[in-house]
Amino acid sequence: MTDATANTAPAGAGQGSLLIKDSRTAKRNGAEGRFKMYGLIAVCIGIAMLILLLTSILTSGLSAFWQTTIQIEVTLPEEKLDKSGVRDPEVMAKVTTFGYAPLLRDGLEATIAANGIETELSAKDAAELISDESVAQLRNRVLRNPDLIGQTVSVEVMASGRIDGFYKGRVTYASAERDTNISPAQLQLAEALEDKGLLNTSFNWLFLTAPDASDTRPEAAGLGVAILGSLYMMLIVLVLALPIGVAASVYLEEFAPQNRWTDLVEVNISNLAAVPSIVFGILGLAIFINFAGLPQSAPIVGGLVLTLMTLPTIIIATRAALKSVPPSIRDAALGLGASRMQSVFHHVLPLAMPGILTGTILGLAQALGETAPLLLIGMVAFVREYPEAPWEGGLFDPATALPVQVFNWTQRSDPAFVERASGAIIVLLVFLLLMNLTAIFLRRRFERRW
Amino acid sequence: MSINKATVSGFAIIALSATVATAREQVQIAGSSTVLPYASIVAEAFGENFGFPTPVVESGGSSAGLKRFCEGVGENTIDIANASRKIRDKELSACADAGVTDIIEVRIGYDGIVFASQQDGPAYNDFTPSQWYLALASQIPGEDGALVDNTNSTWADVDAALPAEEILAFIPGTKHGTREVFEEKVILQGCEDTGALERMTSAGMSEDDAETACMSIRADGRSVDIDGDYTETLSRIQSDANGIGVFGLSFYENNTDKLKVATMNGVTPSTETIASGEYPVSRPLYFYIKAAHLGVIPGLKEYAEFFVSDDIAGPGGPLSDYGLVPDPELAATQATVSDETTMK
Repeated sequence: MTDATANTAPAGAGQGSLLIKDSRTAKRNGAEGRFKMYGLIAVCIGIAMLILLLTSILTSGLSAFWQTTIQIEVTLPEEKLDKSGVRDPEVMAKVTTFGYAPLLRDGLEATIAANGIETELSAKDAAELISDESVAQLRNRVLRNPDLIGQTVSVEVMASGRIDGFYKGRVTYASAERDTNISPAQLQLAEALEDKGLLNTSFNWLFLTAPDASDTRPEAAGLGVAILGSLYMMLIVLVLALPIGVAASVYLEEFAPQNRWTDLVEVNISNLAAVPSIVFGILGLAIFINFAGLPQSAPIVGGLVLTLMTLPTIIIATRAALKSVPPSIRDAALGLGASRMQSVFHHVLPLAMPGILTGTILGLAQALGETAPLLLIGMVAFVREYPEAPWEGGLFDPATALPVQVFNWTQRSDPAFVERASGAIIVLLVFLLLMNLTAIFLRRRFERRW
Repeated sequence: MSINKATVSGFAIIALSATVATAREQVQIAGSSTVLPYASIVAEAFGENFGFPTPVVESGGSSAGLKRFCEGVGENTIDIANASRKIRDKELSACADAGVTDIIEVRIGYDGIVFASQQDGPAYNDFTPSQWYLALASQIPGEDGALVDNTNSTWADVDAALPAEEILAFIPGTKHGTREVFEEKVILQGCEDTGALERMTSAGMSEDDAETACMSIRADGRSVDIDGDYTETLSRIQSDANGIGVFGLSFYENNTDKLKVATMNGVTPSTETIASGEYPVSRPLYFYIKAAHLGVIPGLKEYAEFFVSDDIAGPGGPLSDYGLVPDPELAATQATVSDETTMK
């Protein structure tokens, strides 16, 4: 605005020296300076928000990658675990986790006594230091290796969620006073075990590989099934959306005549890109599950739904990439006698590839973070079984996805799940970061400028 | 549009041709978010101890679960619906229309509903349903039975024995099954106890209208509907010292270091007082089995039997440790499941 008035300034004002600023120049420079400052403030606010978000997630979530474990000696008596004495895992499977729980309890008691630790806790209260998950782990270990029966084995068991929280600062002596799930005496016992070197904290690989766990064992909950489910869905989206999207855009951009029909298609594609994702979930439920009869909670349905959602994004990005290839390239190819198809596949498409791949990866990243459409097709669920490998029909097995796992864990009542949910967000952010870095890398490495 | 239509139908063809050998191996469950933790505890133990895969448990609410349950019979419908209330007649007829005629009703136990506030907050220690009615009703009848707007702004206005703190209650939103129980067992009860219901009916209101008037909750910001989970109620309580929230017993028991529970009519909520019926605010929890799926979906009956076994649902089992109030008539429920007795 100031420019316009400055340009039409009366002739008399133009006589000043370039070295001496007149009042109008000072005003214009001032306006520019202020605008720069506003911009800088906007960027700073954005960065501050990002830092706030990241610190809150990192402070509450990083501890999910560490886990407290306790080393105990457990005796595995034959009369309890394998009365028949034949060491047949199928017969031994009759002894449930309810039969193994007392063994761990006795094992912990014996370990405490053997190390000369004094505690007023009963064996039952002391056993609350140990995660329920370790009973199942011990049982699986024995069933895999029946020869262990009759021996005393050393096992590393997960500490329960509250004890784990004590070493992560979530539980204190003051809070334990009021907490019905843990007592200060149990914390003292944990510290005594730590003094003897029996209680350690180490990197928690299980958080990345283990399946989800129920509300009573937050310490055992992991992202294994969710990561696999997300991976399977991304695979389906990539395999379906990339060829369909590229074929559709190449046709629309290079071959289709410009008429009302193609305009209509174009408007619809842009429109679909802005449709709320839950709509695609409703569509998925109606078409893929109710009509086509695909199984519920399966990555195949999730992948198909996300493909529908990602297609418009990929088509728009691909068309933009094709448009940015200069017409001179096409003209040169056609001039040398190439057919339209040859000019597209030999010249235009390779030059547009970096843009297409960038668009695809950004579309995939968007699909990776999507929860709403999965809600209706049954993927927001408690799933503990890993899906099979994709070539063994694993795409049809139940699974969850990373954002779904975050959503599920924030609803659980045990405070330890807050840490797990933030940890899952960190994993999700790392995946998104890797995908976006790949997109930037592809663009930098292969992009041509004219 | 034409291209999208073509791709969609293309997908459907791909999908149809891909549905080879997808016989479902695992039990599929959906429904109440209150029952979800219990169902996932059982599913986990079931997967560990039996030769069947761990059932898949979805949440989403009792109504949504029952709606999906009633969609029909077949492998791509769910086998079990969890519910924090009894199935309604309307839902039963929807089920029957879709061919779901044989349904087994299983009551797994009781869930207590407790009132809790910040650990260091005001002395919200003891309440009665009457106090809650007077604090939260939108309109209260005067001496002549005519409804006037509720003017109580502090708990001391309601009852001088209560702290002089602003009324601020976080109650479950209308989509929760808990809300229904709260309205019937606390607000309506309070309405009767204070004699308000009687004043309204003697002033000429019909019984139904009077009950509806009793249960209408004030909308002036002193009562806040929480449509999310108890975790949301907890975070609201933590930021409002004078707030008091409605929780499930199991949620409270997992967060006793942050929450202070109030008694109702002088009774402290616990699995024992709820089982004996002394603590008034509780409700039964159920799950419903599609009988047509028994014998078709592997492990369905075993899961149901395992759920109601003494080891799991009985006193001292993992469910009661987590806050479920064991059903005194568990043996009858076990018989229902093993005989596959359907609802009439």
